[in-house]
Amino acid sequence: MQRLTIPLLRLAAPVAAVLFALTISGLVLWLSGSDPFHAFKLMWDFGTTEQSIASIVDRAVPLYLSGVAFAIAFKMGLFNIGVEGQYTVAALMAAFVGAAVELPPVLHVALILLVAMASGMLWGAIPGVLKVTRGVHEVITSIMLNNIATFVVSYLLANHFLDRSDETLNLQTKKIAPSGWFPELFDLGPNATINGIVLVALVIGVSYYVLIWRTRFGYDLRASGLNPLAARASGVAPGPMVVKGMMLSGAVAGLVGMPILLGFSHNYGLDFGTGLGFAGITVALLGRNNPVGIAVGALLLAFLDRSAQILDLEDIPKEIVVIMEGVIVLSVVIAYELVQRVIERQQRRMIAEEPPPAAPAATRQPLGAPA
Amino acid sequence: MSLGQGMPSVAGEGAVSRADQVTAASRLQSARKRQRVLATGLGLFVLLSTVRWLTDSPDLTSSGTVGTTLRLAVPIGLAALGGLWSERSGIVNIGLEGMMILGTWFGAWGAWQYGPWAGVAIGIAGGMAAGLLHALATVTFNVDHIISGVAIITLAGGIARYLSVEVYTDVPGGGATQSPRVEGVGTFDLPILSGGGLFGWHSPDVLGSLEEHHWLIVSDLAGVLRGATHNLSYLTLLAILLVPLTWWIMWRTVFGLRVRSCGEHPTAADSLGVPVNRMRYLALMISGGLAGLAGAFLAIEAASIYRQGQTQGRGFIGLAAMIFGNWLPLGAAAGAALFGFADALNLRDKSAVHALLLFVAVAALVYAAVQFRRGKRSTALVTGVLGLLAGLWFFTTDEVPVEFVQMTPYVVTLLVLAVATQRLRPPAHDGKPWRKGQVE
Repeated sequence: MQRLTIPLLRLAAPVAAVLFALTISGLVLWLSGSDPFHAFKLMWDFGTTEQSIASIVDRAVPLYLSGVAFAIAFKMGLFNIGVEGQYTVAALMAAFVGAAVELPPVLHVALILLVAMASGMLWGAIPGVLKVTRGVHEVITSIMLNNIATFVVSYLLANHFLDRSDETLNLQTKKIAPSGWFPELFDLGPNATINGIVLVALVIGVSYYVLIWRTRFGYDLRASGLNPLAARASGVAPGPMVVKGMMLSGAVAGLVGMPILLGFSHNYGLDFGTGLGFAGITVALLGRNNPVGIAVGALLLAFLDRSAQILDLEDIPKEIVVIMEGVIVLSVVIAYELVQRVIERQQRRMIAEEPPPAAPAATRQPLGAPA
Repeated sequence: MSLGQGMPSVAGEGAVSRADQVTAASRLQSARKRQRVLATGLGLFVLLSTVRWLTDSPDLTSSGTVGTTLRLAVPIGLAALGGLWSERSGIVNIGLEGMMILGTWFGAWGAWQYGPWAGVAIGIAGGMAAGLLHALATVTFNVDHIISGVAIITLAGGIARYLSVEVYTDVPGGGATQSPRVEGVGTFDLPILSGGGLFGWHSPDVLGSLEEHHWLIVSDLAGVLRGATHNLSYLTLLAILLVPLTWWIMWRTVFGLRVRSCGEHPTAADSLGVPVNRMRYLALMISGGLAGLAGAFLAIEAASIYRQGQTQGRGFIGLAAMIFGNWLPLGAAAGAALFGFADALNLRDKSAVHALLLFVAVAALVYAAVQFRRGKRSTALVTGVLGLLAGLWFFTTDEVPVEFVQMTPYVVTLLVLAVATQRLRPPAHDGKPWRKGQVE
């Protein structure tokens, strides 16, 4: 009975946070003279059409990848704020290499994905190496590297990777040949197709679960995150673990731009999406770094983004969903914290109520008690 | 100590004099250090002046560049001071960026509605509100500092975007992503030195005329001084004064000592009766207020308008400047000036940037020589190679791509972090969770 309430409590936290965010944003809408119930109904009706569902899944894929990238590092106690820079660099490199080669269909896509992962991995390794060798906190180096990435990318784009044959004067790389595109695979109805890259996200999600929870490496990684001292005592070298964790995280981060590159734009330009890295943090927090949880978080954010598009037609600012997202993140972390306290208190009570172990306890000192 | 008071023993006096000796020695040491810093600064300035003279690029030290540097450095420096307040109390504040966003929006809105100074106050209030939220999450609910900071950035961006659509869309001059134009708080020139008016008398511009002669060192000094005293915004002046003020409060008042004790060892502070949580709330509100002021400066003074995405990550840069400055007010200001200078040169004169390479080359080679004499071979080797590369770059090209200059402050900060981590000293309990009554 008691053991059942703990998972229920953990689930209650995000639900409560979403409800709280709905209340706050409803209040904001009401204060600015719109009918919140009307607005939410509009969003729900529009967000559940076939076209919307297809679009939501497409939008959720980069968010999911970004969330998993953040979660891998987080599982070992690292903050990879640098997903943003890692995926920008990776997307540019992948776009450049992808347009420069000619290969048969499947190989072409595989090469592009590989280049993206390798670039993200290398860019992500820098904060890891600096942390291990020089003791610099990864958040600071990641922030620096995010900014450096923007300038490196715009330098390379303007001076070396530019598509000279383009006459529109847009700063962009050459288009990748169709053999390097990811096809639309799932058909939900007219104008409602889902790009096949969702399968890549699925593979990444499953590998994330297997690697972190079902392998020795994942166990070491989680142990380093939970208690670095204990992990070290049991023979896990912290330095290489940090670098490996950051490299893995960076490799997945490198894939974040691929749904846009392979399924939609087919080249890298100045209008390539930004901010996916930071959105990934939100998604990972919502999903509590759990592979399924992150998917739910990504779908929720994608749903909000898509369904808000209808609001502008009714003269309700669609920006309300950005407030909603902000409130969700902040209240979800507070809710998790509160739930954690309740669980701790309950566990303490459970331990106190347990009948004391019979004979040995009387003669032997309990572990950890002062002698 | 209480023992010593009752017993005028020889041992007690010995202890006192030894303590005096220790303080005297440390005073001497810090005086020497100050001399060294001053000498290095002077040397670099003479070098810069010489490079300016040799390469004929007056913009390296012109009053225009210095003025622009100041204008660009102020928001970064204010954010850095905000970060300093927060981290000195033990709370990492990634949310500075979000607090700054609220500062830009509320600053511009206040200036538009009630005039520039009211705008500044409302911008500060906007930042403080976000600081309060960060305190609520990190201090009361013990949420991880970085997570709370990221959440605040998201939330602040959402609030600013929503309010813009709601308030500015149908206003003449405004739009969904920008406010109508607003008036600044005004500027002044220092009389006599920089040509300001004095009781209706148009005083001479002494520094200005000196600068125009392009004399070695003299004109450079005049240019720097004129840049800092000519066309100076009242808000810039306020921001500059906030640097020594922060230092004074932090290191010379009881309140400052208490704030710092919370960042170094909250349990010890708590056991001495310092209300740790209240101190952290206050520090975070000051932090948010400074970030809000930084945003208000951007919107009201620098751009005369609120624009979406105006902060451009300056909150993060402020954090970097603070770390560059080793969690000290003057250091943070120096870091902000470095970022400001790189941006200013880029804006004003691209060829001056190229001349700067020569400066970097010579400075790095001299530094390498000094390190070599001290026996630090590897540091000498790395800086020496970097210096040679910079020199090679200077002599083989005519121009430096814009992006490299923009990148420079970040790379420099990264290098400083990587090379000088042993010398950097963040507050001991910075960023760690703490709850009253917890066992260490």
